[in-house]
Amino acid sequence: MTDFGAGLAAAWRLISSFDREFYGIVGLSLAVSLTAVLLATLIGLPVGAALGLREFRGRAFLTRVAYTLAGLPPVVAGLVIYLLLSRSGPFGALGLLFTPWAMIIAQFTLTLPIIISLTAGALRTTAGAVRETAISLGATPAQADLTCLREAVPSLLAAVMTAYGRAAAEVGAVMMVGGNIRGETRVMTTAIVLETRQGHFDIALGLGLVLLALSFIVNSLLHRLQAGQGAGVY
Amino acid sequence: MAVAEAYVLEDIVQVRGGEPVLTLERLTVAAGRITAVLGPSGAGKTTLMRLLAVLEPPAQGRLVCLGEDPWAATGSLTRGGGPVDEGRRVALRRRLALVSQRPLLLSGTVAANVAYGLRLRGLPRTETDARVAWAFASCGLTALARRAARSLSGGEQQRVALARALALLPEVLLLDEPTANLDPANVAAIERAVAAAVAERGLTVVIVTHNINQARRLADDCVFLAGGRLIESGGAQDFFNRPRTPEAQAFLSGAMIY
Amino acid sequence: MLRNRIRAKSLSLATALVVLLILATVLAGCGHRKSIVLATTTSTQDSGLLDVLLPAFTAKTGITVKPIAVGTGEALAMAKRGDADVVLVHARAQEDAFIAAGDGVDRRDVMYNDFVLVGPADGTLPKGSDAVAAFKEIAARQYPFVTRADKSGTYTKEMAIWAQAGIEPKGSWYVQTGQGMGDSLRVAFEKGAYILADRGSYLSLKDKYPLAIFVEKGPELRNQYGVIAVNPKVHKGVNYWGAEQFINWITSPDGQKVIGEYGVDKFGQPLFTPNAAGK
Repeated sequence: MTDFGAGLAAAWRLISSFDREFYGIVGLSLAVSLTAVLLATLIGLPVGAALGLREFRGRAFLTRVAYTLAGLPPVVAGLVIYLLLSRSGPFGALGLLFTPWAMIIAQFTLTLPIIISLTAGALRTTAGAVRETAISLGATPAQADLTCLREAVPSLLAAVMTAYGRAAAEVGAVMMVGGNIRGETRVMTTAIVLETRQGHFDIALGLGLVLLALSFIVNSLLHRLQAGQGAGVY
Repeated sequence: MAVAEAYVLEDIVQVRGGEPVLTLERLTVAAGRITAVLGPSGAGKTTLMRLLAVLEPPAQGRLVCLGEDPWAATGSLTRGGGPVDEGRRVALRRRLALVSQRPLLLSGTVAANVAYGLRLRGLPRTETDARVAWAFASCGLTALARRAARSLSGGEQQRVALARALALLPEVLLLDEPTANLDPANVAAIERAVAAAVAERGLTVVIVTHNINQARRLADDCVFLAGGRLIESGGAQDFFNRPRTPEAQAFLSGAMIY
Repeated sequence: MLRNRIRAKSLSLATALVVLLILATVLAGCGHRKSIVLATTTSTQDSGLLDVLLPAFTAKTGITVKPIAVGTGEALAMAKRGDADVVLVHARAQEDAFIAAGDGVDRRDVMYNDFVLVGPADGTLPKGSDAVAAFKEIAARQYPFVTRADKSGTYTKEMAIWAQAGIEPKGSWYVQTGQGMGDSLRVAFEKGAYILADRGSYLSLKDKYPLAIFVEKGPELRNQYGVIAVNPKVHKGVNYWGAEQFINWITSPDGQKVIGEYGVDKFGQPLFTPNAAGK
């Protein structure tokens, strides 16, 4: 139990010390994960909506593909993106390897299928009854789609929260494409791996606690958005 | 355009899962009158309502609503046609309003729900507000305007659904067992609202009901369905006092018929 | 409409993040000529030498170093893809293969440290300096033995000693972790097993994992580090000039001095012996 006490103490030390390196790591973690999830949402929501609301050939197959990719192991995603961004890879000339943008791309790859599959699932379940009500009240197909989306907003926000949780917690992808370079691509999860490997368990635990606290805050903010939708603001 | 008949149905067959659930040779619904659709459970009443609401095409037969055939494809090979035909159907649906047995209210306030259909039609704000206020008054909802629609009781939700339909000022009001699960006070409130709307605006009402007494109170005409077939139709007085078919007689006397 | 409000919020958040990220990238300083990617091993990083060595190099030359610390195998694989400009590893056989394949040029010896065979404080292995004999004893008695079983310099050295002892280690007593030095030491400590480790890692983690030294200072236990530049003829786009600067500096008297002094204040003894004399 003393280990956990040491962890808590370390967490407090890190937060209250205003250590530039620590806050840099925290800031980069947030920037990378939030950007990746944002991009995944901007692209994944429309795609998921199409899969959930429309009928077309191959829809069921594509949805299944999305669900499968949602379970992609982070280290595999990291390896694939690494091979793509490597200097001997197709996109090596972009020089993105070992930069935060490579990490964002890797986490985007991980979270995009999550958003797509959860959005499609949420819309498919609710869309039936909502759609028909809308149509019976004189909605055009486009208006009916919009209404379905509006009604599904709490589920959509849940999808975003899930995606963010995945991004914030993963280490395999950002380690491979980022390199855990101090001051440049070191985020909370890779820092935890480093400290653990070097035997600094208290710091590793402390970082872990800070990471959990951060996720809690982000999720709370998203939850407040979600609760606002329940009563509906028109 | 004013038509004597709100609906004309000919040689209709509707199927579910390959099985026919409704078969009609000919049925007309007169405009400007209240028509009650009666019959035991499973008779095909809701199926009929869905056809009248232009929600789904009949498997066979022809349906004319307010003088138009919504499912006649113009220049297209598939039944139902393309986007131009869908546009015609949307235009036609906007002259109707359906209140389902268990209506789905959207997340949002009561006011937002009642205004929903009007927003779809792009009505200006002032017009919307005026109609919403009138619909509230008709259904006794003014006090509940700001409440979350889904937090209301069953009876209140039903009134919201009715207000939502009335606010559209439809030419045809389709009610599928609107008071089935309500207490007498709510039943009376809804019947009052419907009667007032008919008196004020001369709209056509088709109301499905299990409640023979309600039908007696409200109906000008009756349609009696059983086992997916049209058994009898005609003026309400004639139907209640002199039912012609044995099924209708049994139904009116309270016996269970299948 | 509500959806527009969410869109608007997302858009402004996105803009803020993009601005932040651009700032971060700019501040991180990404001048191409002025930085090199150094692929090295986790044990090198964990020894702490890089934290002293690299800033000194940057101070002297103005070139920033991005160290990527992975296993030896991965470091060389990365270099083979041209993702690193220079490598610093300690696995001679693999280094030679790397150069023979044309991926590396200008190899120089840099420094050496040594390996030690450590084990549980109450272990019954006789102490000494003959690693081969110790390995034979461990295999014969099937004492629990932890190996990294990755393509690291440490593993390469361990395999060489097994080969010398004429033994192919197999069995439930031979535990393969596939992980770095620190993690493997942890496993050895928890299981009360023997393990071959570089002295630097062992000393850094001694408080956490109090293992005792059983065999040290034998001829087989020397751990030689080599620095190699990635061949610019094969891999266009590597910073060969920067790599050469690095190689020249760490084999220069200045660099060698930094290496030779490292560890004295922390452990009372230097961790590495600089020996950049020949190839």
